[in-house]
Amino acid sequence: MRYTSPTTVDEARSLLAEHPGSRVFAGATDLVPQMRSGRPAPPVLVDLKKIAQLMSVTHENGQWTIGAATPTANLTRNHDFTAMFPGLSEAMGLIGSDQIQNRSSLGGNLANASPAADSVPAMIANGVQAVIATADGTRTVPVAEIVTGPGRTSLADGEFIVEFTLADTPADTSDAYLRMIPRTEMDIAIVGSAVRLTVSDNIITDATVVLGAVAPTAVTVPDAGAALIGAAINAGQIDDSALNTLADAASAACDPIDDKRGTVAYRRRVAGVLTRRAAATAVERAQNGA
Amino acid sequence: MSRTHITCTVNGDPVDFLASDGTSLLDALRDELGLTGAKEGCGTGDCGACSVLIDGRLNCSCLVFAPEAEGTEIVTVEGIADDDRLHPLQQTFLEGAALQCGICTPGVLIAAKALLDANPDPTETEIRYALAGNLCRCTGYDKIVRSVQEAAVQLKGAAR
Ligand SMILES: Cc1cc2nc3c(=O)[nH]c(=O)nc-3n(C[C@H](O)[C@H](O)[C@H](O)COP(=O)(O)OP(=O)(O)OC[C@H]3O[C@@H](n4cnc5c(N)ncnc54)[C@H](O)[C@@H]3O)c2cc1C
Ligand code: FES
Ligand code: FES
Repeated sequence: MRYTSPTTVDEARSLLAEHPGSRVFAGATDLVPQMRSGRPAPPVLVDLKKIAQLMSVTHENGQWTIGAATPTANLTRNHDFTAMFPGLSEAMGLIGSDQIQNRSSLGGNLANASPAADSVPAMIANGVQAVIATADGTRTVPVAEIVTGPGRTSLADGEFIVEFTLADTPADTSDAYLRMIPRTEMDIAIVGSAVRLTVSDNIITDATVVLGAVAPTAVTVPDAGAALIGAAINAGQIDDSALNTLADAASAACDPIDDKRGTVAYRRRVAGVLTRRAAATAVERAQNGA
Repeated sequence: MSRTHITCTVNGDPVDFLASDGTSLLDALRDELGLTGAKEGCGTGDCGACSVLIDGRLNCSCLVFAPEAEGTEIVTVEGIADDDRLHPLQQTFLEGAALQCGICTPGVLIAAKALLDANPDPTETEIRYALAGNLCRCTGYDKIVRSVQEAAVQLKGAAR
């Protein structure tokens, strides 16, 4: 196995074209454990962290651009970012330990294609776009279109994610992410729920609900979003019947695995409960201008 | 496997060594540089026994490929004492019996140092979260947390 550290996107592109089967990586927090558990080592490793564009975070003209290899700790320590995307930030803040977050990237969390990846539901809820380096240029697709199944993505051989873009949230809009894990820290979600919504004159006018870990990929649940849209907010509380419809829709959208960490019935139930709570938190934040 | 010549700074000293590209920084530190403080508990990022600082950031050295160390500044547990004077964390860990078998201790000390460097006055909750990536099978953690609190008090006193 050979280690390479290109300094430009073009150089990385050529390395990948020259060496079929080579692998890009950022934090290696998924790659190394997979290699240790017996997955074949790639002939060439392409470290993306020396490419400045993939390690930078910029905020210009109402748009954030996040290098795909940037350690998530760089974002969770960025107060402008966490204030604007509290839910996406809390999702990143749940990945492993401080040691892991000093390395883990959004590109790796997404491209690893684990159904339980914490940042993915929150990225989808926020409409994040991925800019992908192709053989001879770039293409931009919504994050929701990258993962096609556990461990599988729509990225072609030789393609890699360069950066993510997302627009500023308006003041009346906010997000929240909650997950359930059997331990209290350092564990993988058995359910994750991301909610992003807009509140105008005490009515929810827009809502997106995305669940993680309850199906082969993260799933957007249109029925759950619809349950919130039009719901009235009284003294900060979302109308109870809307919350019940929301929870039922979230539970119904689950197609989870059954294992010792959580049965199907438990994961379904928890998906409803977490989604109610995430919606309540997002409303509180939207009304407080967060 | 190709071998790469790597030049970096470890505990303030310039060093260079040869390592196969797939070698972890942990193995390079232990086998090429003889710095056996950082331990391998798991090799997969779960236990934190291999924790080191790379350019001031806390990392699991088992997840870092040795060639990534090129040009960086690394601090291991061997580098936190001031010559013969133990680091306040090392002293309070000894006095507070914050270790039994000692396998986790080098990693815990580095993680605790990273915390106190960034946040000299952490709450107990902050200490517990900051050390969540460091598993200890012996102490039950309470003596570790108390010793970090005591070191924080001493360091603040010294800074005054
Ligand atoms: C102890 C521990 C705890 C963890 N806890 C969590 C957790 O709570 N929640 C969670 O979601 N994850 C968790 N993880 C998994 C992991 O840390 C995350 O998925 C992380 O975000 C992966 O990022 P990375 O940069 O380290 O990926 P890498 O390991 O570098 O890469 C992962 C995969 O993505 C590919 N890849 C990386 N970057 C790109 C790119 N730019 N373009 C295309 N492909 C790319 C690689 O080829 C590889 O297949 C944990 C891991 C460990 C070791
Ligand atoms: S040996 Fe590196 S985290 Fe366990
Ligand atoms: S003292 Fe034995 S593992 Fe911590």
